[in-house]
Amino acid sequence: MYEFDYHKAVSVDDALKSLTSASDGKLLAGGMTLLPTMKQRLASPDVLVDLAGIDDMKGIRKEGDQIVIGAMTTHAEVNLSALVQKEIPALAELAGLIGDPQVRNRGTIGGSVANADPSADYPAALVGLNATVTTNSRSIAADEFFVDLFETALDEEEIITSVSFPLARRAAYMKFPNPASRYAVVGTFVAELADNSIRVAVTGAGGSVFRQAEMEAALGKSFTADAIEGIAVDGDEFNEDIHASAEYRAHLVGVMARRAVAKIA
Amino acid sequence: MKSVELTINGKAVSRKVEPRQLLVDFLREDMRLTGTHVGCDTSQCGACVVHVDGKPVKSCTALVVQLDGADVKTIESLAADGEELHPMQEAFRQNHGLQCGFCTPGMVMSALGLLDQNPDPSETEIREWLEGNICRCTGYHNIVKSIQAAATTMAATNK
Repeated sequence: MYEFDYHKAVSVDDALKSLTSASDGKLLAGGMTLLPTMKQRLASPDVLVDLAGIDDMKGIRKEGDQIVIGAMTTHAEVNLSALVQKEIPALAELAGLIGDPQVRNRGTIGGSVANADPSADYPAALVGLNATVTTNSRSIAADEFFVDLFETALDEEEIITSVSFPLARRAAYMKFPNPASRYAVVGTFVAELADNSIRVAVTGAGGSVFRQAEMEAALGKSFTADAIEGIAVDGDEFNEDIHASAEYRAHLVGVMARRAVAKIA
Repeated sequence: MKSVELTINGKAVSRKVEPRQLLVDFLREDMRLTGTHVGCDTSQCGACVVHVDGKPVKSCTALVVQLDGADVKTIESLAADGEELHPMQEAFRQNHGLQCGFCTPGMVMSALGLLDQNPDPSETEIREWLEGNICRCTGYHNIVKSIQAAATTMAATNK
């Protein structure tokens, strides 16, 4: 990897200052995507601003009817959190399906969300549970946050500080993992929220996470796997690679959605 | 160059390092601890697994500067006197849990991370845990057997 300067930020303000003064600075969370990218010389920031020293950005707490997870909380911490396991078990389970145990000990929710990999797991949970992303300057609804392939609503100099998940009545995540990378070929998060609304969020299939409106409507009428059996998924715009064709991904959206529904129906 | 202070296998170490130096290169080249291997260098194979503050991580995907102040344990910490093997190493030996041995340091450190969290894992839990450790010789059966055997010994001896 190319040379760079390194700054371990002591606060969010300190991180912002350092990021703003760099010509091509990058924020470093767990580094599970950024460091491999830099090793391949696909990214060459002049400054890395490490967020790991900011205690305010870590930890999991309950605030009213929300679970608030600090951006620098690792996947392993979310997976093993007694609070998340009790309040939103599907979220704890999803965190335990990311990568492998060693990656889960370093990778963070903030890093994953900011990176917006089209095959990442967290985006499905954020959109599926109608979560809110909190940054140093504002709150962004998950529906507006994920824009496109590796593209989010974040400004150049904006730092995610936490993600808030409203408690759901019931929720489940099913994914078809790539057997080598464990990224989702397709992952579907199904939830019934406190206001009775139903959400079906799909990751891995398209450029970015998206909601499957037809399935949401059908599940609103009857929350059973049979209710979404006949719904055809249009895969015209889906991802296609050596692991799966667009058509196969379209098929998997239905299969994963039905399995998720069956798990909690 | 940045100054870092770490504890490596119980010994305090302070050094000046380049920000881009990876933990695995620091361990192998600066510390001469060559038990930790570089396999894929892309955080997939797990040959480079060490413990950082008690948790297994892939040392090919962490910068030394990130770990200022951390407690790092490598495979060399297990049989430090060079005589008696750690129960996990002994179990790999007894159960033929290795052939070429390249992945073994990472397997052993990963397995110890599992037992820290779950002292009595099922076969399925062991296999799931090993998702991040690749072995191209054994077919994993004997590795799983080794970890099961070590779990039994370690529970009995409280190690």
